[in-house]
Amino acid sequence: MKKELVFELASAHREKQEVFAYTFGRGERSLAIVGPMRGTELQQLYIASQLVKFLTQIEAQGKLAEGIQVTIIPVVNNYSMNIGKRYFTLDNTDINRMFPGYHEGETTQRIAGKVFEFVKGYQIGINLTSFYMTGEFMPHVRTLQTGYEDRELGRKFGLSYYYIRETHPQETATLNYNWQVWGTKAFSLYAGGTDVIDNLNAQIAIDSVIQFMVNMGWIEGELSDINESVLIDDTNLHIVMSKRAGIFYKNREISHYVKEGALLGEIIDPICGESLTQILAPSDGVVFYTHSEALIFENKIAFILVKRSLNEKYS
Amino acid sequence: MIESVVKVALPVAESLHIKRNRFNGEVGGKRVAIVTGSHGDELEGQYLCFRLAQEIETLKIKGKLKGTVDIYPALNPLGVDSITRNIPPFDVDMNRTFPGTESGTLPELVAKEVLDSLAGADLVIDIHSSNIFLREIPQVRMDEENSKKLIPLAKEINVDFLWVYPAITVLNSTLAHSLNSIGTKTLVVEMGVGMRITEQYGEQLLEGILNVLSKLEVIECGREFDIRTPLISYGEEVHFINSTHSGVFIPKIKHWIGIKKGDLLGYVVDVLGGEILHAVVSPCDGVVFTLREYPIVYEGSLLARIYENRSCERGQV
Repeated sequence: MKKELVFELASAHREKQEVFAYTFGRGERSLAIVGPMRGTELQQLYIASQLVKFLTQIEAQGKLAEGIQVTIIPVVNNYSMNIGKRYFTLDNTDINRMFPGYHEGETTQRIAGKVFEFVKGYQIGINLTSFYMTGEFMPHVRTLQTGYEDRELGRKFGLSYYYIRETHPQETATLNYNWQVWGTKAFSLYAGGTDVIDNLNAQIAIDSVIQFMVNMGWIEGELSDINESVLIDDTNLHIVMSKRAGIFYKNREISHYVKEGALLGEIIDPICGESLTQILAPSDGVVFYTHSEALIFENKIAFILVKRSLNEKYS
Repeated sequence: MIESVVKVALPVAESLHIKRNRFNGEVGGKRVAIVTGSHGDELEGQYLCFRLAQEIETLKIKGKLKGTVDIYPALNPLGVDSITRNIPPFDVDMNRTFPGTESGTLPELVAKEVLDSLAGADLVIDIHSSNIFLREIPQVRMDEENSKKLIPLAKEINVDFLWVYPAITVLNSTLAHSLNSIGTKTLVVEMGVGMRITEQYGEQLLEGILNVLSKLEVIECGREFDIRTPLISYGEEVHFINSTHSGVFIPKIKHWIGIKKGDLLGYVVDVLGGEILHAVVSPCDGVVFTLREYPIVYEGSLLARIYENRSCERGQV
């Protein structure tokens, strides 16, 4: 394992920020993994740390294939993490909206530029990331629709779903998008929650990266008996919005299979305690995302279902 | 008349309520809307809205209001009232959620309703005040795509500077881009600094807006305005001065005065060690239209923007 400095940033009064990459094996630039770029992505930090541990062991055991090089940056934004802030410490900008970066530009453009320079040119790129809203997702891998997206490779993670999502204008400055433009097959890995460690979903995410490397023939290991991921896009999703605001009571969790009309949750009047509305499943499906906070706003995404019949699941 | 633009219930005994003040003159007149406060830390528009409401009310009483003036003082009321730039608690930049959608999340829904209420106006003026880090001379910004139709209006609004920049994809989700793309002319004004009110800039822009309202025959003002002739940049003459070090910035020049190549703009210093880390000098002759206000900087922090212009005299505006 080789530890390399990706960038360092001085501060007026804090210790300087130093961000390192850990590289395993030598040869073809095969896989780059970029850990949290937001200070609240603690689940992603944990996953990255476990992957560093795993790769260290694999390399020591000689199980990393000849000519394969894997690099991982376990954390990009430790500065914000240490003060409990999601975006960059001073100007509150999002590093993951600054790619491909600019070396003569603003601070987070320079950070993005240094990170991109380091991970550009790898065959595969994985970004450990989170949703802009709080909530829990089923562990899944996704990529942006750019015209360069690979519709098959993302299924090799062995997760339930590989989600190809339409690109919004502001996402043209993400790592995922720019990786693709510069020729890397890019994937974003979502792993349950964000600011707490959720062991079960973290382990699923870690296993998925290992499974991917096994599938690619990069490490020795047993192929999982899980089928390849189901490819989904926006048309396969049913977004269930909250029709009222109040206290959110959740009846279903991620990965649950529900039938049309099933009670997903309830919104309760925060003063009188009466039920304001029930949230019902609009179709048969799998709970892909749930709101996770105690309060919910009107028109907030409460649940996302992957439209799917129970029969289809067990057929 | 105070009108509701959009009202959405919040979880605990409150609503997010965006309001406008509509001043109606004669039926069939033109409609101009003044909007501000999409970023909760930008307050320069607050003073302007207050003064404009006073002026228009007076004109209305005198029968001099011929069209409609809509004043939207706070597109992001939760942010304005809590010193929060983005929409709390979503932490979403409202000016990146347009055109919005009825079936979307709360910020997207609000964006849709705001956009619908503005669509079809003869002119929309969206007032910003940079952020807490930078002080801006009163200026209008626009992308190249819309510049032909907007420059004539922008010249009448009494700002010092017009900045025409190349189209950038990430800005497609701004209010101004969304409105301009459906044919509703929208000017973006930047002036002053976040979290503060600069009365002088507010009065300057007020004169300009009254002038534009007169030209569009929305009001009969009966006054001649002494409108400034703005410098116009088409992008390539703008120099960005970023800090080469992290530290504390101490400016050594005044805002919006002529400088020469090599003039000292300020220092970035190490406070603990008592050392000058970066003596910041101008790369060109010109005028500083953006100047850093917040002293703490990182490597890369923007310190100034200079409009290169060889005819600018040192120390002159």
